[in-house]
Amino acid sequence: MSNKAPFSINFLGIRRLFAALSIILVLGSIGLLATQGLNLGMDFTGGTSVVAKGENEVIIDDVRSALEGTPFEEATVVRYGSPRDISIRVPTLNDMPADQVGPRLTEVVESKLPGLKVQQVEFVGPQVGDELRDESGLALLMALGLMLVYVWFRFTNKFGVATVVALLHDVIIVLGLFSLMRWTFDLTVLAAVLALIGYSLNDSIVVADRIRENFRDTRETDPEKIINGSLNETLSRTINTSFTTLLVLIALFFFGGEVMRAFSEALLVGIAVGTYSSIYVVTNMLFLMKVDKQDFIIPEKKEVDDMP
Amino acid sequence: MTRYPRWKFFLLMAVLFVCGLYALPNLFPDAPAVQISSAKPGGTVSDSASQRVLRQLDQAGLEHGPGEQIDGGSWLVRFTDNDSQLRARELLAGSLGDDYVVALNLAPTTPGWLRAIGASPMNLGLDLRGGVHFLLQVDMEAVVNQRMEAWAGQIKLSLKNEGIRYRDVQQDGQQLRVQFANSEDADSARTLLRNALPEFSLDSDPEQRVLVFNLNPTALKEMQDYAVDQNRTALNNRVNELGVAEPVVQRQGADRIVVQLPGVQDAAQARRILGRTATLEFRLVNQDYPASRAATGVAPPGTEIFPFRSQGDRPVILERSKIATGDEVTNAQMGFDPQNGTPQVNVSLDSAGARRMQRVTSQNVGNPMAVLFIETKTEMSSRTNENGETEQVPVSTTDRYVINVATIQDTLGSRFRITGLDSPAEASELALLLRAGSLAAPVTIIEERTIGPSLGAENIESGLKSMALGMVLVLVFMLVWYKVFGIFANVALVGNLLIIVGIMSLIPGATLTLPGIAGIVLTVGMAVDANVLIYERIREELKKGVRPRQAIDEGYAKAFSTILDANITTMIVAVILFSAGTGSVQGFAVTLFIGILSSMFTAIVGTRAMVEMVYGRGARPPAKLSI
Repeated sequence: MSNKAPFSINFLGIRRLFAALSIILVLGSIGLLATQGLNLGMDFTGGTSVVAKGENEVIIDDVRSALEGTPFEEATVVRYGSPRDISIRVPTLNDMPADQVGPRLTEVVESKLPGLKVQQVEFVGPQVGDELRDESGLALLMALGLMLVYVWFRFTNKFGVATVVALLHDVIIVLGLFSLMRWTFDLTVLAAVLALIGYSLNDSIVVADRIRENFRDTRETDPEKIINGSLNETLSRTINTSFTTLLVLIALFFFGGEVMRAFSEALLVGIAVGTYSSIYVVTNMLFLMKVDKQDFIIPEKKEVDDMP
Repeated sequence: MTRYPRWKFFLLMAVLFVCGLYALPNLFPDAPAVQISSAKPGGTVSDSASQRVLRQLDQAGLEHGPGEQIDGGSWLVRFTDNDSQLRARELLAGSLGDDYVVALNLAPTTPGWLRAIGASPMNLGLDLRGGVHFLLQVDMEAVVNQRMEAWAGQIKLSLKNEGIRYRDVQQDGQQLRVQFANSEDADSARTLLRNALPEFSLDSDPEQRVLVFNLNPTALKEMQDYAVDQNRTALNNRVNELGVAEPVVQRQGADRIVVQLPGVQDAAQARRILGRTATLEFRLVNQDYPASRAATGVAPPGTEIFPFRSQGDRPVILERSKIATGDEVTNAQMGFDPQNGTPQVNVSLDSAGARRMQRVTSQNVGNPMAVLFIETKTEMSSRTNENGETEQVPVSTTDRYVINVATIQDTLGSRFRITGLDSPAEASELALLLRAGSLAAPVTIIEERTIGPSLGAENIESGLKSMALGMVLVLVFMLVWYKVFGIFANVALVGNLLIIVGIMSLIPGATLTLPGIAGIVLTVGMAVDANVLIYERIREELKKGVRPRQAIDEGYAKAFSTILDANITTMIVAVILFSAGTGSVQGFAVTLFIGILSSMFTAIVGTRAMVEMVYGRGARPPAKLSI
């Protein structure tokens, strides 16, 4: 077994260190999510946002002072991609009909700041925001639930638990980072997190499959050696599959424009964490549950269509 | 080594050919065009009108195409550049008048032979082509209240006709409570009404003096469905009146309607036209009471008092009964009074309305008739709920005022005119609203997304740029890492892209959005994962000393279940995302799903075919693999 592995890294030597790191990161993320939560985007909170383009660079402070004395004093003004673009976000106001904010804000911006042209208006009513928030939470739970079911059918208990824990680990850390950095969490980020749920599981399955295969096939009895060998054997595919995906995400991050930035951020972080967790979280969980050869005395898996 | 089945080659070729064919239309850029359609719902563009249009374009020296009939009775002329398109629209909108609607459109330049097999370019979402998206909430409470009031009236009427005395009829949500002085009256009312109102279940209080009518859930649902569908039709008509090419007006859920107007830049106009619920009523002016009676504000029985707008809101007493309503208007056109040049609306009534109009006016020659304008506005307003939270609720207000009082000179039939309007703009909007029909229930905009056309173009550019860069990075990596096998994977990747674009163009409902492009970019990264898994496995087998051909077999076979896992999990989340997300995020789910399916095909079947072609032939098995 060990002679065919292209690498011979002793992954498990420092597994306790990484176990501690993972626990700290997950607990820290949960703490952040519980105390300050996510910086939810307009899709989920409701409100109005306007994107305007100037002929030259737009000075944010100019925009802020132009809004002073208007009902939109509380607006958040940020750069939107290029220096010529700004985004103005207004929460649902109490003294103005929600659907009137966009037209009135557009009027204020275009009349007070000549040269600025409104390019995009988005308004999400409070009830729509609430619904999207509920539906998205439900979608997240449903995705996790279905993955659980899938893994349940796919693996024996210990492997199933290990991969699901790795999955939760990845999702919680990504959400924790969004909370820590106060990055806006909107529908496109939710899409990224869901895509991550699918992706993160794959990575773990590749590793778990090999560990299981080696437990069945070799005469080696020391679980540590079997697992370490498996990790080395699968290392290049673990890295390469993540790397190709990271390549396209980097392209999206730099060229995909403002809409795609948060999306690619979430997936970039998620896939990096997912690659790490497929090596360390899965194996640490297996050790924790004291996996050994006894777990693999199960009937042979049915042959899948072996000719693609 | 087992022989690679020939049908898989053929299947591969066939799929690539068909998808490639249907992907082709996307290569032809759209041509600027002007679309002309009849202002009447279901109307067509007459030959004489289209001939006139072509003559006018020639006279103006605008280079244009021959003109062509398109779906839905519209007629379209192509131009070579955007400038002549804009000039043509201005020219034609002025000369064709109210009978036709002139809209800017983009005409696909798909060659005839491709159109003949039903090929067309992908639909682009609003975030890519620019336009306005509205989500409208139908005010169901108003629908229910309106109908319940009508039923209460019906109950009162039948009780009165039968001489049964009642104390009061109260409406409480979906419940009507009829109070009687004694149980005998209640009993006879129960016998009378038991079968008259099948929409309700009948109950009574313990003392048998109150009859309680509860609206059935099915009747409620039917009522709501009817209101939403009727609103959808009316909105559809209005959108058509706005002159928007390829609008979408769809019901969403129980009480919502989505309106998408591609290419519309004036969101303010769109929102004004969509949200308005204006209609007219024609009523006789009551002359039995002096003007002082009207000033008291208390209407005599059988009448109502309304302000007369153009006369400083002077109160006017009108009969309660209506001669005709806006619902009976079949056509309305803006025009000008030939004598004094003031704006007017020429109205045609349907047969029922016309009959009543004829009967009433023939008996009332010399008496005044009023046109009552009724507009319901719904605005969101905040209120504090029982939990102390501030929430926004729709509040409807109805404005009713008299816009015109005229003496009936002669018996009126199905055609007459309305004067007393403020401006040509008001006249043309009133004409539009009358033509398009009134909304059955007030609507509020609860979501709006407006994207300017230049931002849409920017989004397309950044999407394509990131796709190109991601693709190049992946191609280079695969080539460097896996050499000849990398080339197989790269060819398969290009094929994968072709299939995704082909399928997206083939499915009529599929729409490409910016997150959709991200989905394609992501599948580019994930498609080669399958190849990475297979190739690493082959390398491993080779290291074990397995002969090349067998290593290929083993690599494909052993990696398969892992690939399947990877893709099934991603497809599951794509389905969840599609059901939970809205518009543009759904676009991501769609491309991700299609991309995963097609990548399984190209990355496994496609690369295998290439491997067989290079390493599978010849009498001697290959001594070495370039992997």
